[in-house]
Amino acid sequence: MGTQEIVAKCQAIFEDLNFTHAREWKKAAPNRKVIGFMPVYVPLELIHAANALPLGIMGGGDQMEVIHGDAYYQSYICRIPRSTIELGVTGRLDFVDMMLFPFVCDVIRNLSGIWKMMFPNVVSRFFDTPQNFEEKIGGTYYEHELLELKEAIEQTTGNKITDDALRNSIKLYNENRKLIWGLYDARAKEPWKFPTWELYVIMRAGIMMPVEEHNQLLKDYAAAAHQEDRPKRDNSRIVLNGSFCEQPPLNLIKSIEMAGCYVVDDDYVLVNRFLTSDVPVEGDPLKNLSLTYIKHSVETACKYVPKEEDKGQYLVERIKKCGAEGVIFAAPSFCDPALLDRPMLSHRVTEHNIPSISFKYAENSGQMQPIREQAGTFADSIKLWN
Amino acid sequence: MSADKNVIKEESMIIQKEMISRNYDAITSKMETGRKMASTFVPGNLNELVRCFDMLNNLPEINAIQAGMRKLTGGYIMEAEKGGHSEDVCTYVKADIGQLGKGNIAPNGKPYPDPDVLLLSYTGCYTFMKWFELLREQYKCPTVMIHVPYQGDGNWTMNMRDYIVKQLKDEVIPTFEKISGVKFDIDRLREMMALSAKAEDDLVWVIETAKHKPSPIDAYFGAVYYVGPIFSAFRGTQEAVDYYKVLKKEIQYRIDNKMGPITPEGEMKEQKYRIVVEGPPNWTNFREFWKMFYDEGAVVVASSYSKVGGTYDMGFRHDPKNPLESLAEYCLGCYTNRNLPTRVEILEKYINDYEADGLLTNSIKSCNSFSAGQLMMMREVEKRTGKPGAFIETDLVDPRYFSAANVKNRLESYFQMIEQKRRGVKSAA
Repeated sequence: MGTQEIVAKCQAIFEDLNFTHAREWKKAAPNRKVIGFMPVYVPLELIHAANALPLGIMGGGDQMEVIHGDAYYQSYICRIPRSTIELGVTGRLDFVDMMLFPFVCDVIRNLSGIWKMMFPNVVSRFFDTPQNFEEKIGGTYYEHELLELKEAIEQTTGNKITDDALRNSIKLYNENRKLIWGLYDARAKEPWKFPTWELYVIMRAGIMMPVEEHNQLLKDYAAAAHQEDRPKRDNSRIVLNGSFCEQPPLNLIKSIEMAGCYVVDDDYVLVNRFLTSDVPVEGDPLKNLSLTYIKHSVETACKYVPKEEDKGQYLVERIKKCGAEGVIFAAPSFCDPALLDRPMLSHRVTEHNIPSISFKYAENSGQMQPIREQAGTFADSIKLWN
Repeated sequence: MSADKNVIKEESMIIQKEMISRNYDAITSKMETGRKMASTFVPGNLNELVRCFDMLNNLPEINAIQAGMRKLTGGYIMEAEKGGHSEDVCTYVKADIGQLGKGNIAPNGKPYPDPDVLLLSYTGCYTFMKWFELLREQYKCPTVMIHVPYQGDGNWTMNMRDYIVKQLKDEVIPTFEKISGVKFDIDRLREMMALSAKAEDDLVWVIETAKHKPSPIDAYFGAVYYVGPIFSAFRGTQEAVDYYKVLKKEIQYRIDNKMGPITPEGEMKEQKYRIVVEGPPNWTNFREFWKMFYDEGAVVVASSYSKVGGTYDMGFRHDPKNPLESLAEYCLGCYTNRNLPTRVEILEKYINDYEADGLLTNSIKSCNSFSAGQLMMMREVEKRTGKPGAFIETDLVDPRYFSAANVKNRLESYFQMIEQKRRGVKSAA
């Protein structure tokens, strides 16, 4: 398959608000269950090991008109909960057996309670990841939380999660992360060969299909993209930060690229690369999942950074590693985590003489001209002054 | 207009004013006295523990409220926004950061000193975490964090409690010993917790007097004063115990004489509507806001905001026998750390127990912890109780988001709706 074919397939899956691909997967065999999860991070391995499909639900995007959802949220609350409610009330998630709401912010946290009240027949859980990163404190707590989640998943799916099954899932997700990080590295090296909008749809589709299928797709895309003859432009190399939860419309990503920016790193669809190292396969799998999260996970706004001197260093290191020349802070409107983090990150990148700009968006933003102008001016200023 | 124009200052009001004033003097004179100071938050505050180390307790939310009531926060918020803070985020945070940029002056006219430690108690509000990361960037002081898990399933588990206790033992206490130079004494903590429980008993008595008709208190506008000592720097002290004794006496007098609450314009005579309120008040226009209620004869008989620093009326008391476990349970049980179905149950219970006419939600523009989900909560409470709900929108301390005409209009319509509902019930009978 060529890149166009792979990207088209992924785009179709990502834009399908009836989740046909996931529905068909479920229908194909008895005992299959689907577990939906909201951004940013849940341990996908546990879901997979129970013969269930983890289904990433990242809002309704710009293709869906929100009618019912607006009745649940005030105008000053971000769009992702209202479009997710819309997905729920319009029956688009009626095949989902369980919903997980991870630790992101107060809105997602409260959405978990709304879901319990609106859909009492669906098992829904708030999934709390630790903010204490000491092995004996946060690690122990998290291991117990994972055990509780494991039991809840077993109960919902009716499938026992054996240690061996979990180890097998860990292997598959280790491979998935390796392939994804590999693609990200390849993009940083030759961004003209790996447009970010293509990578984005591949990642979005990836959280709606079995990991085995995604792994093959990632391999196919990487091979095909390397073969593509795409012209190298005189673009500026930028990192996008702040988009870890409510995702932007695809046109926004395309607009940034069209404005003369090569996006060499981003925080879109963070779940599939939240862990920055392999989860050990040998030993107690729950302990391994817990400790990898505690010791080797990305820095993002929904995590606490225990030391002031470390704040924002992850971003600075990524910028340096990717050879970026600037940062665009792109946060959804009313996004507490991203917007509260922004001044600190902005200070930190300024200390390192890295230029930055910021803007806000919503998953259904339609006006791209101002964003294109802003990103274009930023790209030009990098070219002119840096 | 039912209220007496003569301003009545009761003994408890005078005592509380003096207590707060003394606390601000102690905070702002820390350089002279050599006392160490911790900044921390109201929900899940560990006042007894802080005091165990002879340290002072400074609360940025309370400082923002104080500044809000003195109409200073508008300028502070603009200052923070000029410095790159978004217009979308918590206005307590921006008022605090902006205040720092404008000299950081306490209500007594003296500058707030820098904290020696930031005690980040993560309870029911995500913003707390970022707020203290932002303050840490300013003050460059140690920050110790207690992560309190959210009661997503409506209850806490032993794993959650053990996690908090471990954080207290292994991180908070050693950090405080180091900063204060005072060795931790668990018996001292027990003594303070016994005092906390005494004051908590009396606070609950006060809050529950709103079941009387007429209600002798306003459980929202008045209750923010009643919870002051317990939610701020005085829980675990004899001063707080004494304050509540005096307050009880005053309220008992009002009950005996069938009197209503004391408003800024005197005693409220006529009580036409009994309301339960969900959400924090607006502070920049607090008196104007309150007046919209008592002018219409509306008394608040229960509120969720008065439980934000501890849900004592649901049975929790600090327990001197199990001090650290009890502190953990306290943190876990704060109102916004409880999931939405539990919050609905609490509000439903208030409507029924206090024989209220309905639920009013004051949705706060910049507080997602309270606000996200309130429309659903209101609908659910209406469904369960058959009592009408209403929704108004204001902000904590940003005066740009208080539209007096809009709020008044909505309140008046709401009270008319209650009247109509009553008439409907009567004619149906």
